[in-house]
This record gives sequence, structure tokens and C-alpha cells, in this order.
Amino acid sequence: MEEAVNNIPLEEEEYIINMGPQHPSTHGVLRLVVSLKGEMVQNVEPHIGYIHRGIEKMCESLTYPQIIHLTDRMDYLSAHINNEAVSLAVEKALDIEVSDRVKYIRTILSELTRIQSHQLFWATFGMDLGGLTCFFYGLRDRELVMDIFEETCGGRMIVSYNCPGGLMNDIHPNFQKRTKDFIKYFRKTLPEYDRLLTGNVIFQERLKGIGIINREDAIAWGLTGPVGRASGFSCDIRKHNPYSAYNKVTFKEILYNEGDSFHRYQVRMDEMRESMDIIEQLIDNIPEGPYAEKMKPVIKLPEGEYWQSVETARGELGVFIVSDGNKNPYRMKFRSPCFANLAPLNILAKGFKIADLVAINGSLDLVIPDIDR
Amino acid sequence: MKFNIYDLTSFTQWIDSSLRASMSPGWAVAVEMIIIGLVILIFFALIGLFLVYAERKVCALMQNRLGPNRVGPGGIFQTVADLVKLLFVELVPIKNADKILFNLAPFIVIVASIMAIGALPFAKGLQAIDLNIGVFYLMAVSSMGVIGVLLAGWSSNNKYSLIGAMRSGAQIVSYELSVGLALITMVVLAGTMQLSEMIEAQRWGWFIFKGHIPAVIAFVIYIVAGTAETNRGPFDLAEAESELTAGYHTEYSGIKFALFFLAEYINMFIVAAIATTVFLGGWMPLHVYGWDGFNKVMDFIPPFFWFLGKSFGVVFLMMWLKWTFPRLRIDQLLTLEWKFLLPINIFNLLLMAFLVLVGWHW
Amino acid sequence: MRGFIKYIRSIFDGLISLLKGLSVTGKYFFKPGTTWTQQYPNNRKELKMFDRFKGEVTMPHNDKNEHKCTGCGICEINCPNGTIEIISASIVNEEGKKQRIIDKHIYHLGMCTFCGLCVKTCPFQALAFGQEFEHAVFDRTKLTKILNQPGSKLMKGVA
Repeated sequence: MEEAVNNIPLEEEEYIINMGPQHPSTHGVLRLVVSLKGEMVQNVEPHIGYIHRGIEKMCESLTYPQIIHLTDRMDYLSAHINNEAVSLAVEKALDIEVSDRVKYIRTILSELTRIQSHQLFWATFGMDLGGLTCFFYGLRDRELVMDIFEETCGGRMIVSYNCPGGLMNDIHPNFQKRTKDFIKYFRKTLPEYDRLLTGNVIFQERLKGIGIINREDAIAWGLTGPVGRASGFSCDIRKHNPYSAYNKVTFKEILYNEGDSFHRYQVRMDEMRESMDIIEQLIDNIPEGPYAEKMKPVIKLPEGEYWQSVETARGELGVFIVSDGNKNPYRMKFRSPCFANLAPLNILAKGFKIADLVAINGSLDLVIPDIDR
Repeated sequence: MKFNIYDLTSFTQWIDSSLRASMSPGWAVAVEMIIIGLVILIFFALIGLFLVYAERKVCALMQNRLGPNRVGPGGIFQTVADLVKLLFVELVPIKNADKILFNLAPFIVIVASIMAIGALPFAKGLQAIDLNIGVFYLMAVSSMGVIGVLLAGWSSNNKYSLIGAMRSGAQIVSYELSVGLALITMVVLAGTMQLSEMIEAQRWGWFIFKGHIPAVIAFVIYIVAGTAETNRGPFDLAEAESELTAGYHTEYSGIKFALFFLAEYINMFIVAAIATTVFLGGWMPLHVYGWDGFNKVMDFIPPFFWFLGKSFGVVFLMMWLKWTFPRLRIDQLLTLEWKFLLPINIFNLLLMAFLVLVGWHW
Repeated sequence: MRGFIKYIRSIFDGLISLLKGLSVTGKYFFKPGTTWTQQYPNNRKELKMFDRFKGEVTMPHNDKNEHKCTGCGICEINCPNGTIEIISASIVNEEGKKQRIIDKHIYHLGMCTFCGLCVKTCPFQALAFGQEFEHAVFDRTKLTKILNQPGSKLMKGVA
């Protein structure tokens, strides 16, 4: 790796800075080799792989229910949605229709996961830019969602709750009340976030016009999720290929055209409001029914290739299973959203300053274990 | 002993006369200088310790948490524990660094701060030097801190420290303009640069009330420029943790780092103390012309506590600013100074001069 | 002239937005009772986890020191990473037939990923999640636990 760094062609007065794997603002173990001229960024090279655990290879020796606990740890802020992706793929392959109760609960938990992921994004983004109190306010409100998860699923971040066929066990009797209390509390607290950070003139000056990517480039690079939607690329899987209970609720898809860091931030704030609307439409109407279908003790998928994509908090997560009839998959491939979102970092940051690089990196909202799997 | 807490001139005169009575005048002056030096150093250390603890508690309460509460009752010995730990840290010697300048840099910053403390009026009669160009002297002496910062960055033999020090130096030098012009605005209102006379002129109303609109504008500009001068608050890009390096004091460890750290808090206190003296009346209690009962109650509190209370109020305001706002980028910092603060300052100065000439101040 | 008006307006808008931000932090500073901190080691007595909290895998025993584990090994097969090792023995029961019983149910707490498959797939509901969360030890061998208590036997009526 040292030869790779030494061989970067440098112009005069250019020098290289290494934002190494351990850094407070790269949100995980990501190494950025930045070549600067004065204060302007000339070239950014991300080096990944520091947290590669071989999840896809491990899946080839596990059965389908056992894969669920590994998907928790890929993009750990969208744990429920990751579990749901693999469960939906297996159910689609086996042609099983889960009950409406399961669909409603899966949708509610996915939206709660989206809210808590965006809360953490707000907390760390504010902290990266220097407003350290944002960190504490964001995490304080996230604790309430964690309590909901812990009461029903047993874990706060590592949940392993969705499984092929339905859910591991039924929801706790307190689930509905706790969720409704949280929504009431958060609707009152979210305007505070806007007063503290979004409307702040320093924050806006720091982010408007920084790291612009237009719609054609967003489609070409395959940017999905809030990053793509801020550039005008309408890519919400919940609208285009609805799964679970998303065709039973009405919500807006948030699109902006400017494609700069401020609008990537604004998309996520608006998405939190839409998620709360979705939950309110579903929380009182959960139908009765079984919480899991009866599955065979050993699940074997028929031969063939199966694909399922879901909308995580970061973008489109795709699960591709190649099965040859055994109880283990022959090949399991995850199309991770953060890998595609990291790719255009070079062209986003070229020509801006070092402080802007931190802002752009924060606005992409990367979770590095999702890139490396 | 003539110790009148409301007017300490008699106390200081008594010390002076007893010293002159027992030794020759030269020795008496020397002993007085030593006493004043010791008092200032002790004050410096105590204020530093208290401010570090106060910052941690204030920031914790704003962030819905408790702050230090284990070491000592309510956590008051936390700073002492940190200081003892810093004394044990290994002083890493830098290869190829300029050793003299490297070791000298923290002391220059401390010396600049102590020189500024020497001219501040803490209470009636409790002022080390009462120069007739008090405000001018304060502005001149607090500019000396830049030398320490630049020396620290240069002598560390580290290109990132140098970048941080250059940025910091540019920032401090730019914002001194705003500080100076804001203080000159108040000098126009007061008509004198001598600090004790300025405070005496605020007996029946602090300057921030007397010179209404321009004084409030000058106060806001002074607070913004003052936080920028001390590299604090939303202007701390030079030493930010989530940027690349820790700025000009990256290579310092142990007691030298503690001196930089302490100097930052003392500078914040000095900025607040100057603001108190010039805008908020120094040690003068709040008097309203005509309300004798109210004035008597206000006079009951000794002037030293008025001064400290007002200074800590301004310090709290500066801490509040730091913990709320995100950071400014270096070019936005300089834009703010040269394109916004400076024109407003010049306009404000004209406005204040007009007010004084026409007599519309209170 | 228009540029000048925009300049003045930008100053005022900026100032107002900054004051709004100050009001949020100021509210949390001045209002009493807004700290959310729980002082952890002091509040152990009041601290209670949720019922379904996944602390560690335990084998619940009743008052007569009986459990429900028959040593069938289904939990060992379902565990994704070999956290459970079943050592079973063969005895002759009252009817004279050979029966398998559990000798040692070894559980490696250091390797467990808390996925819950062992608890879910056990046919006799012999395993359950406990509420203990303070697992830090100085000696790694203490993380290997044997779940069936010494001297315990299988409850009657379970298989």
C-alpha cells in the first residue's frame, strides 16, 4: 500500500494528507488519501476493506435462517430492513405469502429504523461540522426508538427479528402505545432540530453549493437513497416496487433538484416526517393473524436466481441469491448502497477545501461496514 | 487595619506606606512588584482552574447531561486531577525542532495575558497600573499573543502545525481590527482612555445603556471579534478535533500543552473583563438616577463581586456561543471580518460620534 | 441599491437564525430537570431490563433443580457458529430402555452472536434468554459456561 501512495503523480506544490482509518469524522474505518494544493483538494482516493469480514462467503456455508444474524451487522443502522430483505428474498423464492399482520409490523419497524438512522445522521453530521450539542440531542431522542426495539425484539441495534416466514416472536403488548408516545414526542422535538441547525446561517453557508452532482451523473454512478433523491433521481423502491405494506399507505417521495450537501441533509429531515406519517397510518390498524408462517425445519430453495431489493435508510439494498437446491445458497450477493454512494467522492470534492471534504463525507451518510461487508 | 471592602484604596495605601517606612523606596517598589506578581499569578491559576470546570459543567447542562460530578463534591477537583495527570505526561522532544523557540512559545502567550491582567480594574483601588492610555495599552498587549502562536507552529517542524498556525495568525490579526474599532467607539462616548475614569463615568448608567444603539452594536461586534481573537467558539477551525490535526499545539505535550490550554481560557476571561469594563461598568454597581433605595441595595454588594459577576456573565455568553453553533470555514471567517464586521464598525463609529456631538446619549 | 438592501437583509436574517439556535440550547440550560443521565453504578438496584432482553442464553431450572433439556442436539445444529456443544450420555431408564440424557450443555458466551435461533428452535423450550448484562471477566475461561446445573435432572413429562 505504501507503493500505491508514493506513486500518485503530484504536481508542483501538491502534498498528500492521509485521513487514516482511525479518524473522528470518517464514520468508520475508511482511509482517504487526499492530495491537496494549499487548501484545495485535487484528488481523493478512498481505500476500503479495513472491516471486510467475508459475510458473503460465510453465507455460503450457513442455512437461510442462520444468515439473518449476519445481515444485522452489515449496515447496522438499518438492521430491521436488512433482515427484511433476506426474508423477502427467501419468501419470494418459496412462493410464500405472509399474513397481513406480519407485513404491517415489518413496515412499522422499517420506518422506525429509518427514523433512528436519520437521527444518528443528524447527530453525527452536526458534530462533524462543529456543533457538538447536536450529537447529544440526536442520540437522546434515538434512545426512545431503541427502547421500542429492545422491548419487542430483545436488542437495540442487533435485532435479528425478521426471519423467513415472518417474525421471530409476536410484538410486545406495549409496542403500540410506546410507538404512539414516541411519535407524539418527536413531532414536538423535530422543529427544535430545525431551529438549532437547519435554519442556522453558519450551517447553510457551510453546505449550500458544496459537492454538487447533477441528475445525469447521479443516475450514471448509481446513487440511490437520499443522495440520489437530492439530485432529482426518483429512486424510491417503496414507490416503484412496493413490498410489505407500502402499497397500503400514502406518502410523498422527497425530491430536490440542486444536488448539493444541504439538500442531501434536507431530504433526510423531510424523510423523517414522512416516516412518522406512515407509522401513524399503520399503527392503529394492525390486523390480527399469525406472526409467522409454518416453515419446514430445513429450508431449501428451488434451483435458480432470485433478486429482492428494499429501501434502506441509505439507498437500495439488493439481495441476489443463486441456489442449486441445497439448504445453503450457492452464492449470495448483496448490492450495498454505501459502496455506490462512496464512488463519486472524488468528483464531488474536487476543487473544494478540506473542511468541505468533511462536510461532503458527512452528507453522504456512509456506514463503512456496509461498504466492506 | 483599614480594610474597607468597598474602597480598597486605603488598604493598598496602608501596605505602601508601611513598606516605605521600613525600607528604602527602591526596595519598597521592588517588594510591591513581587507582591503584585504573585497575586496575579495566583489569580491566573485559580481563574484558569475555575473556568475549565465551569466550561465542562455549562456544556454538560446544555447537552442534557451532568458533567464532572465524581472527583470531589460536585466534581470541583476535576481540573486539579487533570492538571496532575498532565504533569506526569512524558515531554516528547522533537527532532530537528528549534528548541529555544519551541520552549519559548507557550510562555510568550502567558506573558501577554498577564500583562493584560495587570491593567484591569478589579475593584475601586485594586488595579495594578492605572495608565492614562488604558484601553490603548490593553489592545496593544493582547496582540502579542500572535507571536506565541506563530512561533509554536513554526518551531514544531510539522507542516500541519504550520498550516494551523498560519490560519490562526491570519484570523487573530484580522479580528484585532474589529476589536480595536469597537473599543474606540466606546472611547468616543467616554471621552477618555483611562480605565478608572471610564468606570467612574458609568456611575449613573452603564455605557451600554447610555450610548444606546451604537453601544449595543459595538458590544455585539466586540463579543464576536473577541471570541474569534481567542480562537474559541465557532471560530476554532485552527484547532478543531474533527478536522485534520490539532493545529498549532499538536506537538506539545504535558505541562506546555497545559499552558496553551490555560492561556486560552485566561484570554477568554480577559476579553470578558475588558467588555465588562468598557460596556458594562466594571466594578460599578447598577444605579438608577433617583431610586435611592434601589441604589443602596445595589451598593451593598462589594464592587469586586460585581466585577467578577459581570465578567463571568460575559464568559457564560461566550461559552453559550461555542456550544451552539457549527464552525466557520477559514475563508468564511475572513469574509465575515472584512466584508461584514469592518464596514458595520466604521459606520457605527460615525454614528456614535454623531450622537456625542448632537448630545443624544443619556 | 438592490445589492445593498440584500446585504442589510442578510445580516438581519443571519442574526435572527443565530438567536433562534441560542434559544434551543438556552432552554435546556435554564430549565431544571432536563438531564437524562442515569448514574450507572449507583442505580443498579433500580435498573431492570426489559423482559425480552437478550442478555445471555440460560437454561431455566425450577425449584426441584429440574430442566427440560433432553440432549437432542437441535440447538447445536442450528447455532451458526458453534457456540453450543452438547455432550450427552446414555443411561438405562426405568422402563429398561436406553435413553439419551444431557451430560454437559456447553455454551461459549464469548462466541455467541445472540441471534436467538437456539431458543426458538428448541422443541422443548429448554433455553431462554437471561437478563444479566455485566459479562466482563478477567479470565477468558470463565466465558465458557455449562448451562445445566450439577445434580439436575430432566423434568417429568418432557419427551
